[in-house]
Amino acid sequence: MKYAYFPGCSLESTAWDFDRSTRAVCRALGIELEEIPNWTCCGSTPAHSTNGALAVALPVFNLQKAQAMGRPVLTACASCYARLRTANHEVRNEPAQRERVQRVTGKPYDGQVEVHHVLDVLVNHFGLDKVRQKIQRPLSGLRVACYYGCLLSRPPEVVAFDNPENPTCMDNLVAAMDAEPVVWPYKTECCGASLSISNSDVVSRLGGKLVAMARQAEAQCIVVACPLCQLNLDLRQADARKIDAALPETPVLYITQLLGLALGLPAAELGLDALSVPADSLFAADKCCCCSEKTAACPSTSRGAS
Amino acid sequence: MRAVENLYQDERPSPLTPLPQAGEGNQIQNPSSKNMPNELTWQNTGFLEEVQRRSGTPVAACFQCHKCSSGCPIGPDMDLLPSQVMRLTHLGLEGEVLTSQSIWMCASCEACTTRCPMEIDIAAVMDALRILAVERKADVPDQRGKQFNRSFLGSVRNHGRVFEAGMMAFYKLRTGELMADVDKVPKMLAKGKLSFLPKRSGSVKEVREIFRRAEEEDKK
Repeated sequence: MKYAYFPGCSLESTAWDFDRSTRAVCRALGIELEEIPNWTCCGSTPAHSTNGALAVALPVFNLQKAQAMGRPVLTACASCYARLRTANHEVRNEPAQRERVQRVTGKPYDGQVEVHHVLDVLVNHFGLDKVRQKIQRPLSGLRVACYYGCLLSRPPEVVAFDNPENPTCMDNLVAAMDAEPVVWPYKTECCGASLSISNSDVVSRLGGKLVAMARQAEAQCIVVACPLCQLNLDLRQADARKIDAALPETPVLYITQLLGLALGLPAAELGLDALSVPADSLFAADKCCCCSEKTAACPSTSRGAS
Repeated sequence: MRAVENLYQDERPSPLTPLPQAGEGNQIQNPSSKNMPNELTWQNTGFLEEVQRRSGTPVAACFQCHKCSSGCPIGPDMDLLPSQVMRLTHLGLEGEVLTSQSIWMCASCEACTTRCPMEIDIAAVMDALRILAVERKADVPDQRGKQFNRSFLGSVRNHGRVFEAGMMAFYKLRTGELMADVDKVPKMLAKGKLSFLPKRSGSVKEVREIFRRAEEEDKK
């Protein structure tokens, strides 16, 4: 399994831990990644809010590079994924857009380079059975809220990835690690995404709502597959706590970090130290796996002992 | 038990209190709107056609089911709900739509687009409205969304990739929000999430050319 890897700008800076853990997990599973040489920004939300031609030309410029490599594209960022897929969708279905993009990039493009998200590759290409065989450290008893956010599953005719209202692939992957995906209603609610900078108060409110719901569903941590979801729930969790002081500290990990741990990879290879809310409480040996209390203090453990 | 035909001849008064009537001192207020005009009149300005052309989606097909507004995560913070933006656009009320804060509050989460029973790509309409608001120099009350986009794309144009620290510096200078999020900087530096040096793509010259040509295309 060989892919042209498109990291995207976030994975070079605020989400370097997503980049490191994606590479580590793929290496451990024998999925070969070759970085697209001199890749450039996909334009993200600011491009499609500003100029229709630019919004498609920037992703296409990178897809042309991948086409020269002769490999399908793998990306971890949900926004890059949505922009690359949208560019393909428009080039394939709108002849006028295809001609316009050719004029802007100076090269023809047919929209035929396949684009996959790392989650799609792990669950649907590599396969859950093979993942199960590779698990070295089962995460038994860990209760996880799988948070998909917006752009992994919407709009469905473009990303064609999972059910847009109730996606389950990340839950299945978490279950394959022997952890317990909780049932919760905010799987695909929006975190506020790039409003993080221009309207951070809105993002704190939305992020707080998400973390609170995950906790009400008795999750101990949240896993995400998008750099903006992670930033808005993790780095901005302290801001959400200014609105709701009772909001418990909740680690927010990338799905690749959690999988890396289950595969037995060392924490340093997964960039766990980059989390604002540390994940240590979930894995400390003297802590109970079900409630992050000291093992002796946990009511369910003492019940089990008596 | 009464005979069925008697059901239609029941002269007893209704137990419900009368509904409020529109009129002086008794205006029916739309509970969700802060900016929705009370009286709506259709104006043939070509605005609807322009938005439909740019977004490639039939705004006029909207029958006001409000599914977009009910599911919008930003709804509580908007001056016009998505369904109201659709209505005003349909009526050609360019001024009300292009000066609303809502079009800049939209997070492009695509929930509305996914759920619209008429398959209107509402998120694409929001894109078209943002582009039109800048192009027609609409008086945007809060400049932050617009300036974020400008700072972000300026960074991509200069480096081929986003250089966060540089982008944030431009954004802060343009909006005057100098102190926003400065409390995050030490943590981000310590966690290696913020760098003071840009990571430039080797293809930056081609990217600048793409920007130049895309701007030309947009004028066509």
